[in-house]
Amino acid sequence: MEDSVNLSRISTRSAVLVGALALTLTACSSDSESPTSTTPGATGGGETQSQELSGNLAGAGASSQGKAMEGWIAGFNEMAPDVILSYDPAGSGSGREQFLAGAVQFAGSDAALKEEELTAAQERCYGGEAIEVPLYISPIAVIYNLPGVAAENLQMSAETLAKIFNGDITSWNDPAIAAENEGVELPDLTIIPVNRSDESGTTENFVEYLADAGNGAWPHEVSGDWPVSGGQSGKGTQGVVDTVSAAEGTIGYADASRAGDLGTVAIKVGEEYVPFSPEAAAKVVDASPRAEGATDKRLIVELDRTTTEAGAYPLVLMSYSLACSVYEDAADVANVKALFTYMASEDGQARAADPAVAGSAPISDALRTEVMAAIDSIAVAS
Amino acid sequence: MAVSSPTTDLAPARSARHRGRLPDRVFHGLSAGAGWLILVVLAAVAIFLFLRAWPALSASAEDLNAISWMNGASIATYVGPLIFGTLLSALLALVIAVPLSLGIALFISHYAPRKLAQGLGYVIDLLAAIPSVVYGLWGALWLAPVLDPVFGWLSGTLGFIPLFEGYTAPARNVMAASVVLAVMILPIISAVAREVFLQTPRLHEEAALALGATRWEVVRMAVLPFGRSGLISASMLGLGRALGETMAVLMILSPGYAVSFFLLQPGQHQSIAANIAAKFPESSGLSVSVLIATGLALFVITLLVNLAARAIIARRAEFSGAN
Repeated sequence: MEDSVNLSRISTRSAVLVGALALTLTACSSDSESPTSTTPGATGGGETQSQELSGNLAGAGASSQGKAMEGWIAGFNEMAPDVILSYDPAGSGSGREQFLAGAVQFAGSDAALKEEELTAAQERCYGGEAIEVPLYISPIAVIYNLPGVAAENLQMSAETLAKIFNGDITSWNDPAIAAENEGVELPDLTIIPVNRSDESGTTENFVEYLADAGNGAWPHEVSGDWPVSGGQSGKGTQGVVDTVSAAEGTIGYADASRAGDLGTVAIKVGEEYVPFSPEAAAKVVDASPRAEGATDKRLIVELDRTTTEAGAYPLVLMSYSLACSVYEDAADVANVKALFTYMASEDGQARAADPAVAGSAPISDALRTEVMAAIDSIAVAS
Repeated sequence: MAVSSPTTDLAPARSARHRGRLPDRVFHGLSAGAGWLILVVLAAVAIFLFLRAWPALSASAEDLNAISWMNGASIATYVGPLIFGTLLSALLALVIAVPLSLGIALFISHYAPRKLAQGLGYVIDLLAAIPSVVYGLWGALWLAPVLDPVFGWLSGTLGFIPLFEGYTAPARNVMAASVVLAVMILPIISAVAREVFLQTPRLHEEAALALGATRWEVVRMAVLPFGRSGLISASMLGLGRALGETMAVLMILSPGYAVSFFLLQPGQHQSIAANIAAKFPESSGLSVSVLIATGLALFVITLLVNLAARAIIARRAEFSGAN
């Protein structure tokens, strides 16, 4: 306790010193490297400018990355206290709409811009183009409540999962589950599937995984609404986790960071079974091919749910951050650049990965290099 | 009801006598304005609901199909199961709460020693002040695990009755929601019923006692006939709260959109208010209109329930012991 108090006192004092140093330095020469950029993980550029950044910076869009955005806003405010930064988690569609209408400077969206939106984006971006970078990757865990089962992770293929959630496999000791979990004693218990009762990106990605990788065992259309009626459900991630926790034999899906003490399924990828981990989740994004229309500014990914890449976990939710490559206002350029640089930095990604913030999976270094190149291309309209 | 009638009789005479005096005119204007305000607010809500619901009511089937959670239903087939779920959960709550409240109110008004009665009265009023979200938390986190073995037993032994068929743990079904709703409306109903029972004319009770009636017979012959209309209006107050209750249902029920009487199965029912609360945050455009249209349906139902209650009370008033 005492140690940490001392530490924090020292760090506040040194921060004040560094801040004062930075001020004098920036006063001397505006392009010099400020000492504050020694903060681990921060990539140069954004930090040096942060002392001078000011103005309004508004964003809107996907609620999936709303929690991460809250963390990023808090982190960015520490760097650039004069920027009034806001994010309205109004939904992906609404976010793209507001972004294209010029109502907000950046947006978050679970889906990439559509074909017809690209022309609007060009117009909105003063002849430039939209930048789309995947900065939020969140693994989805399949959670179950079987206190009697000793195994760390039950192993299941997408096909088995699809059959369980569609009600085709109804007992935990079904031969299909037993075949994938040799040596594990499975109870003779009814399986109770639990789904999200509200529309959600988690549901959409989970269903997409079942449909793509399930070998046809999932007969329903992909949407954010759960298609099977008459089952247990809960509102929001917490609702699902609570419902799964409340009875034995339940199985559900939720943001991996909220799985807690519940058992999680290792899903079949190729010939092996992969439990969720941040690295495995980031890996599937790297292993997936770029979607049609991708450029070095539009880093859009066609998530490969059927990937056989070793150690990849294809059950993830990915959300893009959208910005313009050209802004009319120099302040906008500086603000957006600084914010996106921070979000993509190791610091920013680590902040979002904190289970208390969003519990997302940090992007890989390879992806970061590409993302930074796209962000660095943001410029003022000539 | 009966108490207010003498004042209305006196009102015209009084205002005629004092016409012209400024304070009277001001006060008359203020109170009349307050009265009118209620009507204006009511009309404003109705107009708002109707205008905002209109895009959904007049939308084509194609547009409605584009809303993913409609699952291809029309407005009528979407609202229908919701109305059913709302009425079912509220009526179940009433079935549980009214007999209990009757007992509580009678105990406080006629059986308990005075000191105990006073304390109990306070406790009941306190219960009425607990916010519904607290009841929701209590229901979801504490009551559901307690109800689990009860429902399991019910489904196991009485499962041959379709009503109790196929219980699935955890207890997130309409029955559990109704139990919590019942607890929520219990204080309102018993508080109003207690007040009404206390107003039973002393003469009626003493007359009954003089005829050699036991305490139960006094209650049956003097108190209940006198308090019947009061009890009905108390129940309607409770029903109104149960119909519109959002948080508790939202937190306890695994929703579904079926018209069924499987009280112990999850994913069968949903109430209008909880459905709006669940869907609204992610909605925009036409889907908001659809939700407001369901709100309009709830508004109409609540209005009808209250009108029915008034009608019952008005009819009963003539026969009640109050005259």
